[in-house]
Amino acid sequence: MAVVEIKTPLDKKTRKKLRAGDHVRISGIIYTARDAAHKRMMEALEKGLPLPMDFADEIIYYVGPCPAKPGEIIGSAGPTTSGRMDIYTPELLDRGLAGMIGKGNRSERVINSMMSNDAVYFACVGGAGALLQDCIKSVEIIAYEDLGTEAIRKIEVEDFPAIVVIDTLGNNLYETERKKFTNKLWI
Amino acid sequence: MKKIGIQQIIDHVAEMCIEANTFLSADMMEGLHRAKGSEESENGKEILETMLCNFEVAKNKNIPICQDTGMVVMFVTFGQDLTIVGGSLEEALQAGVAKGYEQGYLRKSVVADPFIRTNTGNNTPAVIHYQVVAGDGLKIKILPKGFGSENTSALKMLKPSDGMAGVKEFVLQTVETGSPNACAPIVVGVGVGGTMEKAAIMAKEALSRPLGKHNPLGHIEALEDYLLEASNALGIGPMGLGGINTVLGVNVEVFPTHIAGLPVAVNITCYVNRHVEREL
Repeated sequence: MAVVEIKTPLDKKTRKKLRAGDHVRISGIIYTARDAAHKRMMEALEKGLPLPMDFADEIIYYVGPCPAKPGEIIGSAGPTTSGRMDIYTPELLDRGLAGMIGKGNRSERVINSMMSNDAVYFACVGGAGALLQDCIKSVEIIAYEDLGTEAIRKIEVEDFPAIVVIDTLGNNLYETERKKFTNKLWI
Repeated sequence: MKKIGIQQIIDHVAEMCIEANTFLSADMMEGLHRAKGSEESENGKEILETMLCNFEVAKNKNIPICQDTGMVVMFVTFGQDLTIVGGSLEEALQAGVAKGYEQGYLRKSVVADPFIRTNTGNNTPAVIHYQVVAGDGLKIKILPKGFGSENTSALKMLKPSDGMAGVKEFVLQTVETGSPNACAPIVVGVGVGGTMEKAAIMAKEALSRPLGKHNPLGHIEALEDYLLEASNALGIGPMGLGGINTVLGVNVEVFPTHIAGLPVAVNITCYVNRHVEREL
């Protein structure tokens, strides 16, 4: 299977070339955020306060890592279910967010916002926390440290394996692939 | 009269929490290898390969398979002639969880109040179900439950007239909606009968039944086979990216129920399906 190497930050030109079904290896800086960090960012926006960082052309990885063992920089760090972030994601896409890494399908509203903002959604293998931890080369908490595992972390990844599941045109691998394997005799 | 000290219980529970989160059980390993052999989807095959590779990394580095090390659910079978020495059984079980999550560098995922949502810091409290039986034994079963899959679970109070067909429809609907988010290939625990909470507890405990072991009742075994085949015909596949391995096993438990009811609970768990059992 052909693998596309991509580097962050991801400009629009690169994003538009990616197609649902592409297997990618991501290298560069990405940012972690999940439920509580998203909620706090939205509360900041409601109060007219700035976000802790500029998301333009950046990627958010939906993860809450395990604590690091002595000698390690981070613990197991696989993706969490993206759908819980659906209510928050369009706000960030409108601020230039290039893409998200997680697992599971997205809402129609998120997909529409991705299409109008030329954003990409990547999935990686859920539960593969130990394997993905190996791709993380540096970790720095940049906001909401009190949230512990849910703090926003700036992490540097090398050859982080993912699959483009929803592209800038709205092609959705969850729908197209499933149809190929549905056994109509049963349904 | 047999006696067990609380420290022994604390240490066993701590070890079991770490073991369940770090090493895949033999039945799940066998099920995933079988899935890899039969999978027709290219994405599916590659995903199953990645899963198997991840187990090796976790084992070799002695770190959790998945970062969601779960909220701990325990099934404790307590012999009424057994004496616990040095403190309460409940406190010992909870202390064991706290110790295991600290020592094993496992993620603390429990918040104290569902609305205020402040982390308790030690992954307690665990949800503990006790059964008191004759004798002086103590059996502890631990299921650290991840919430990617827990969130896709469902319960419905069906009518008696809905019968077998109604149960099949509800289970398949739940699998269809849930499995792409639940880290398929999943295991499905089903509880039918009893009352609302009895059905849910049966569905949870059903997840700990070894993969491939059927319910001894003939009509329930047939239901398990049907649900497995029908689920895998949905095409959802590993991680929802297409394939013929959506479900690795369906374990159904039943219990007597009321003349007016047919409660059905469906508890879904991911392909790691952590479960460890010890008899002290």
